[in-house]
Order: sequence, then C-alpha cells, then structure tokens
Amino acid sequence: MTVMKAEALNGTDAPVFYEVDEHEHPEGASTMLGFWLYLMSDCLIFAMLFATYAVLGGNYAAGPSPKDVFELPLVALNTTMLLLSSITYGFAMLAMVKDKVGATQMWLFITAIFGACFLGIELYEFAHLIHEGAGPQRSAFLSSFFTLVGTHGLHVTFGLVWLFTLMVQVWRGGLVEANKRRLMCLSMFWHFLDVIWIGVFTFVYLIGVLR
Amino acid sequence: MSADAHAGHDAAHPVHADAHGHGQDHGSLQSYMIGFVLSVILTVIPFYLVMTGALQSKQLTIAIVVAMAFVQIIVHMIYFLHMNFKTEDGWSMMALIFTIIVVVIALSGSIWVMYHLNVNMMPSMQDMRQMP
Repeated sequence: MTVMKAEALNGTDAPVFYEVDEHEHPEGASTMLGFWLYLMSDCLIFAMLFATYAVLGGNYAAGPSPKDVFELPLVALNTTMLLLSSITYGFAMLAMVKDKVGATQMWLFITAIFGACFLGIELYEFAHLIHEGAGPQRSAFLSSFFTLVGTHGLHVTFGLVWLFTLMVQVWRGGLVEANKRRLMCLSMFWHFLDVIWIGVFTFVYLIGVLR
Repeated sequence: MSADAHAGHDAAHPVHADAHGHGQDHGSLQSYMIGFVLSVILTVIPFYLVMTGALQSKQLTIAIVVAMAFVQIIVHMIYFLHMNFKTEDGWSMMALIFTIIVVVIALSGSIWVMYHLNVNMMPSMQDMRQMP
C-alpha cells in the first residue's frame, strides 16, 4: 500500500497522510450494486413508456378502444405464467445456495418453460391484434401500447437467452462463485420484470377495460 | 490476486463479506412462499373485480385495483428482490428511493401537463362555428 505524505497545509507540523491506492475489493463485490443501478435505469425507461401510454392511451383515432381489443382471460393466463416463473426462479436460487446443481438446473429449466409460455401467449395476442387490423399503426393508443408491452416482452426474451446461457455455464463450470453471481443478477432481472408486469396488467389492461 | 489466495482469504475471514455489507440475502423457502401467496391474492382480486364487474362503482374499482398493484409491488420488492436498508450498506435502497422520486415526478408531471394541454387547447363549440 502506498501512503503519501503531504505537506502540512494547515500551518502546523503535523503530517497529513492519505492513501493513494484503491482498497482491495474481492472480485465481483460491486457487481450486484452495479446491476441494481442498471435495473433502476431500466425502470426509468419503463416509466417513460408508461407516461407515453398514459398521455396517448385515450387517442383511438376512431379505431378500437381497449375494451374492444383486450381479452382479460388471456392476460390473466399471462400474469399467472410470469408469477409462476418468478417463484420457480426463487426455488432455483434456494437450490443454488445449497449447492445443488441438479435442482438448480431443473428449476431454471421450469422457469424457462413458464417464460416461454408467457412470450408465446403475448406473441399470439400481438399477432391476433395485428390480424384484426389493430396493429401499432392504427392509432396513438395502439402505438404506445405495442411499444410499452413490446419492450417488456423484449426484456423477457433477452432474459430467456440469458437464462439458457447461464444453464450452459452452470453445466460446464458448476456452481462456482462467478456463476452464482450471474444467477443472482438474473434473479434480480427476472423479478424486476415481474414488478414491471404488475404495472402493465394494472394500468394498461385492467384500467383500460374499465374506462 | 489468485483464486486460491482469494479463497484462503475468505476462509480466514468468514465474516469479511458481511462486515462490509456485500452479503446478499437469498431469502428462504418460507419468505418466497409468503411472497407468492400474497402475490396470487393481490392478482386474483383485481382480475376478479374487473372481469365480473362485482362493484357498481367504476371509481371504487379503479381505486382498489391501483391500491392492490401498489401493495403487490412492495410485496415483490421485499420477498422476491430482498430489498432492505442493509444490502450494500443501504445504497441499493438509496438508488431505489431516488428512482421512485424521479419516476413519480416524470409520471405525474407528464400526465398533469398533457391533461391541461388537452383541456385548454380543445377548440370549444363556439370557436368551431366561427371557423371559416
């Protein structure tokens, strides 16, 4: 460690010391906080998309309104899929803490299935809307709807890619410290997406159908 | 620092990570199940209210639905994301609080401004009749 002696500036002879070197940090010690800060910036992106939807959501341009196009049973099924994938990812984390590789992989795979079901249902909904002529070009309401829900779906898609990547990593390297850290980051990402979905099904779907 | 030296360092100071507040809370089976059950309840009630139209008042339904979402977000934060004031010496919570403040300002500001823009810029019937 390098310690520099500075000239006493306060007029006394007492020497002033300060450290020049960085403290030693264990590898990856700041990863979790850094990833959390990324999630917070992601939260701001979604906040802007929610604000856009709140402003434009009532401009139907003589086209369909939320009541005409949203099918709540489908949304309820979608919400169930995402909530189940959240709890199964939690089980994967609990297995990871106990160093059970097999159980971790199994729960990760079940999480992936639920995530894929969520995406499948959402893509079906989008295809159905576009087929009915309620695509993103139809009105400002539908543009902002597709942007908001599509961005969330894109996040889930990349979460799935990440999840499969980590399954391969765990399969090849086992539950080493680095892989545990990666799984913890994805855990935050996955639960964060579920939090965003609460906002989507409440403010877009449920309140959309009500008004 | 080599991996071996690092491992030895950790073994010699098992409380090192926790002492600096880097220790992550993984939750327990019990806390995950509590969070899951609460989430299911807080999801089923708003869907039930809206899909069946059980309540006559639309305003009351919207208020309940929004309140449920608010509570469910807090439930997810505590039981799934393990937010507390201790993780990373409280910096995670600091970042979260800062983000919430920015989000509230941006959302309420956008809605407020655009609502008044719509109300005040709307051509009234009087103006429309005088148009050429």
